[in-house]
Amino acid sequence: MTVSADESVSVDAGRLLEWYEQMVLIRRTEKAAYDLFMSGEVKGTTHLAAGQEAVAVGASAALREDDYVFATYRGHHHAIARGATPAECLAELMSKATGLCGAKGGSMHLTKADKGMLGSYAIVGSHLPIAAGAAWSAKLRGTEQVAVAFFGDGATNIGAFHESLNLAAVWKLPVLFVCENNLYMEYTPIASVTSVPNPAADRAVAYGLPAEIVDGNDVVAVHDTMRDAVRRARAGEGPTVIEAQTYRHFGHSRADPGKYRPADEVERWMQRDPLRIARDRLTSLGVDEAEIDAADARVEKVVEAAVQEARDAPYPDPAQALTDVWADGGAAWRN
Amino acid sequence: MAELITYRQAVSEGIAREMRRDSRVVCLGEDIGVAEGVFKTTTGLFAEFGPERVWDTPISEQAIVGAALGAAMTGIRPVAEIMFSDFFACCYDYLANEIPKMRYMTGGQVTVPLVIRTANGGGLGFGAQHSQAVENWVFTVPGLKIAAPSTPADVVGMMASAIRSDDPVIFFEHKGLFASKGEAAPPEHVVPLGEATVVRPGDDVTIVALASTVSTALSAAEQLAGEEISAEVIDLRGVVPLDAKTVLSSVARTSRLLLVEENPYQGGWGATVASIVADEGFELLDAPIRRVAAECVPLPFADALEDEVIPTVNKVVEAVRRLAAF
Repeated sequence: MTVSADESVSVDAGRLLEWYEQMVLIRRTEKAAYDLFMSGEVKGTTHLAAGQEAVAVGASAALREDDYVFATYRGHHHAIARGATPAECLAELMSKATGLCGAKGGSMHLTKADKGMLGSYAIVGSHLPIAAGAAWSAKLRGTEQVAVAFFGDGATNIGAFHESLNLAAVWKLPVLFVCENNLYMEYTPIASVTSVPNPAADRAVAYGLPAEIVDGNDVVAVHDTMRDAVRRARAGEGPTVIEAQTYRHFGHSRADPGKYRPADEVERWMQRDPLRIARDRLTSLGVDEAEIDAADARVEKVVEAAVQEARDAPYPDPAQALTDVWADGGAAWRN
Repeated sequence: MAELITYRQAVSEGIAREMRRDSRVVCLGEDIGVAEGVFKTTTGLFAEFGPERVWDTPISEQAIVGAALGAAMTGIRPVAEIMFSDFFACCYDYLANEIPKMRYMTGGQVTVPLVIRTANGGGLGFGAQHSQAVENWVFTVPGLKIAAPSTPADVVGMMASAIRSDDPVIFFEHKGLFASKGEAAPPEHVVPLGEATVVRPGDDVTIVALASTVSTALSAAEQLAGEEISAEVIDLRGVVPLDAKTVLSSVARTSRLLLVEENPYQGGWGATVASIVADEGFELLDAPIRRVAAECVPLPFADALEDEVIPTVNKVVEAVRRLAAF
């Protein structure tokens, strides 16, 4: 059974239901992270990706297990889409020893290297060259792996973005530059600080790179766009810039209520919630409401258990602070 | 008589040896391929290893070191060149925030076997933006190993260690030393990082030097010998790992310590060595610890002005005389 709205779109109901469930898993985990932050169990800061789930899940579904993903400080959705469990993500946020990075990273640095999730980077745009380097490595080793850099609209105005696009184009690297354009550079509308209407896609032209603008709230559209770009990259045809138009449901970070966003704009985007779009697609494919509700219920249980597991986990042994600087596991800088 | 080679030839030789040994070693940088490097420190590499292993880059320092990091995380052992160490400022995010923190922030999930080579220091009259000694820029960041050899043989031996290291290494090649000659390195020559060496034994004063200041210190020691002052000269060879033991054991014999640094006094590596000796070797000392470091000004262009700013033989001789008088 296929979705017929667009003939290039092709997904069966079973696969779409899996993607829907993954998106719900991210949504519920982010909500749990928010609640834990508000209750003081998560310290520091969080940048929640609720509303942007379709980008992570749709893109990830187009990747191989051994491909590389690089994300930003708003990266929980990418970690989960690549196979990190809510428990290990929440434990990291809650400073617990069982966290993804042993609580050395925190919310902004979720990493799961054995799933190819090679980090979340908190310096805007810094990971684009790194992703290009991973793609270069794949090319050198002849593995046909691809690397994906997910970044926000704000990153398109920093030098590293431009240096990476040029290098990747010149070296024809198997890298995908995926911009999650959620319309706001932190608290500032991206349009008010950017010279072109589509901050990533319009810049691709300058580097001779193909660009796609995609509905970032439609998991199927994201998947299909990625699938085609990944195919080109694996075939040695070089990078693609993808600009996924999306919207965050929470504020920029912490408890930011996002008051700078007009109410009608928020309302319009809430109507286009990626979960709702996927649900509509599922029902139009003939999937029972009850089957979709069952997925919701499964996720509810998983996240509840994850919160409990993270709460029950121990804090790290303080001695861990002086490990992992060097490859020998230690931190000695002198004799 | 042993074969002599230049410091600049030693750089190419050191890289080539490792590239022959390990096919995962790949070089990238501006003008390093066909042009063989602006300082001719990658001579012969493109001819021997070809474009698949020697990559010319655009003038994009962030892309160079960022790509090197991504490759290092995924099975390659990149050797990246930043043409002048002054340009570290163009990619300092990677030196300060990305490369040294990657293993730690991920709880040990990733390994970064990466070398960043760079031409460092003054003496060639390139002016304030191409002549600085910037060891202190990276010394201040936990998570980077820092090598700064002073002889051709050490260049080869330490290049081997740097490239074989599973940790990121900043490899300072001193511009003022490129034309200098020394004995060629024997086959399979490996000098571990973090091992200082006593290059001239002495009894009265310990002079600790690095890269270009080693020859300055040796000239000073020679002159001081004529004044019946016996100076021991230690070539630190790198600052991370820091071989504090060799310094402390020398000071245990001489009771006097002079640090000779080309980076500025303000925040220079010698301040850390001084603090270690003051802390752990206070009872060994018969005189204050002294530092001859660069003046805290931008590097001026004219030789007459540059000599005023960076360490010279005369400044070292004068400082040792004052120490010996205690």
